[in-house]
Amino acid sequence: MLDVLRLPFIVHALLTASFAAVVAAVSGYFLVSRGLTFAGHALPNIGFAGAAGAVLLGIEPVYGLFTFSLGAGVAVGFIGRDIRERDVSIGVVMTFALGLGLLFLALYSGYAARVYGILFGNILGISAQAVRMTAVASGLILAVIAFLYRPLLFSTFDPPAAEARGVPVKLLSVLFMSVIAVTVSLSIQVMGALLVFTLLVGPAATATRLVKSPLAAILVSVGLGLAYVWLGIFLAAASGRLPVSFFIATLSFVVYLPVRLLSPMGREAL
Amino acid sequence: MGSEAQPNISPVVSLSRVRVSLGGRTIQDEMTFTIQDGEYIAVLGPNGAGKSTLLKLLLGLIPPASGRVEVLGESPGKRNNHIGYVPQFRVIESDLTLRGREVVRFGLDGNRWGPGWPSRARRARVDQVLEEVDAVELAEQPIGRLSGGERQRLLLAQALLTDPRLLLLDEPLANLDISREGEIIALVRRICRSRKVAVMFVTHDINPLLPDVDRVLYLAEAHSAIGTPQAVITSECLSALYGSPVEVVKALGRVFVVGAQV
Repeated sequence: MLDVLRLPFIVHALLTASFAAVVAAVSGYFLVSRGLTFAGHALPNIGFAGAAGAVLLGIEPVYGLFTFSLGAGVAVGFIGRDIRERDVSIGVVMTFALGLGLLFLALYSGYAARVYGILFGNILGISAQAVRMTAVASGLILAVIAFLYRPLLFSTFDPPAAEARGVPVKLLSVLFMSVIAVTVSLSIQVMGALLVFTLLVGPAATATRLVKSPLAAILVSVGLGLAYVWLGIFLAAASGRLPVSFFIATLSFVVYLPVRLLSPMGREAL
Repeated sequence: MGSEAQPNISPVVSLSRVRVSLGGRTIQDEMTFTIQDGEYIAVLGPNGAGKSTLLKLLLGLIPPASGRVEVLGESPGKRNNHIGYVPQFRVIESDLTLRGREVVRFGLDGNRWGPGWPSRARRARVDQVLEEVDAVELAEQPIGRLSGGERQRLLLAQALLTDPRLLLLDEPLANLDISREGEIIALVRRICRSRKVAVMFVTHDINPLLPDVDRVLYLAEAHSAIGTPQAVITSECLSALYGSPVEVVKALGRVFVVGAQV
């Protein structure tokens, strides 16, 4: 069994999934705290339209994916904090993008396997070069979040006071959504556009119910994210042919459910 | 108190013939007043008279349509690090992972870049203001569990970490019951006198503040009046301000403002 874990494609999968899980867990904490979980669902779907468009034009899907999710992220950052109106705008744009994606697929007559890889993830087919790219992008994201940490936290929880103290609240909002766009593009390799939500929101949402300080929540979130992807890849390898993202999504759900129901904060909400 | 300012120190706030517009509508016109160090000012007036807008003007968050504004001797926004601002009651969601200590610490270094590694000096300064507002026992509590009054004390502590010369408090009594109201008022009085900080306290009801404040700034119908409570809260002054008959009634040891548009 352990021999399986030495196969190059499994090693690539473990490395890429680990980088993506760490980045998604850290930026996911801020996403959840800012009440932007719906954007975390919409961005990958909008990114999917970009990927389908890129396939149609004959370029690498990841470029289309990144362009579209970055554009959508920046737009969400500009919309600001009126949550009701924001979620409606995001939903309208997301369904429009999904429609576009469908159109691009219908126009594309070739072999659409790459598009399905974008939708459901292709973690067991990661090249050594993609692993390196993921490592560099992840390091970059973590450095950006470390640099933004204090003002980002301030403007997440207390925007009017932050603005009065000279924190560039709007700029931070846009920068943060750009960080989310990169995170989504990395995580899609592991989970696919339809299931990125699992990696981005699952660990962070669970962590915020378990501990009561931002740093602790981020660390617990990272721990959960890593546990999900490692266990998921291991279980998929052991099962032979069942998909990795199924196991990761299931693990995230199975851990979140009892925490949601049993944590003191969860009970209050019920 | 206001007349004791030294001549070589600039006033805390100085407005001269200021007009403020929001979305094309004139909120305030011909605003002229000066506030000195350590003065305690109640900012009164009906909804929409421009009380919160005035605080935002002083913070440089909105520009004046015309006139001259100086805050701590500079144009607004330049010296916000010497202003403590407590915005109107904010909903901080209950399922969020934030303790009292973190909320207060935003006031110390929330505007600095970088991760901000733990430091003993920073911790000591946060502990010190927590003590000043009687909130030591709230330091490790999740903010979502606290009452309105407890949150208000933490937000005041956050504002004090700048060692402000000017405190801007926007409706700190909103959503508080009578006994909590009394606690916050006593706390602000103590802070104003012991720190010699100028306070602008926005409120709907002058009565609980009446014994404490040096002057009141009354905003209504795009105009303003400033002076001692005895001078401003009179039937003549407020009728002139509203441009319609207003009666100030004293009953049960309280002051009531009665009128068609009040």
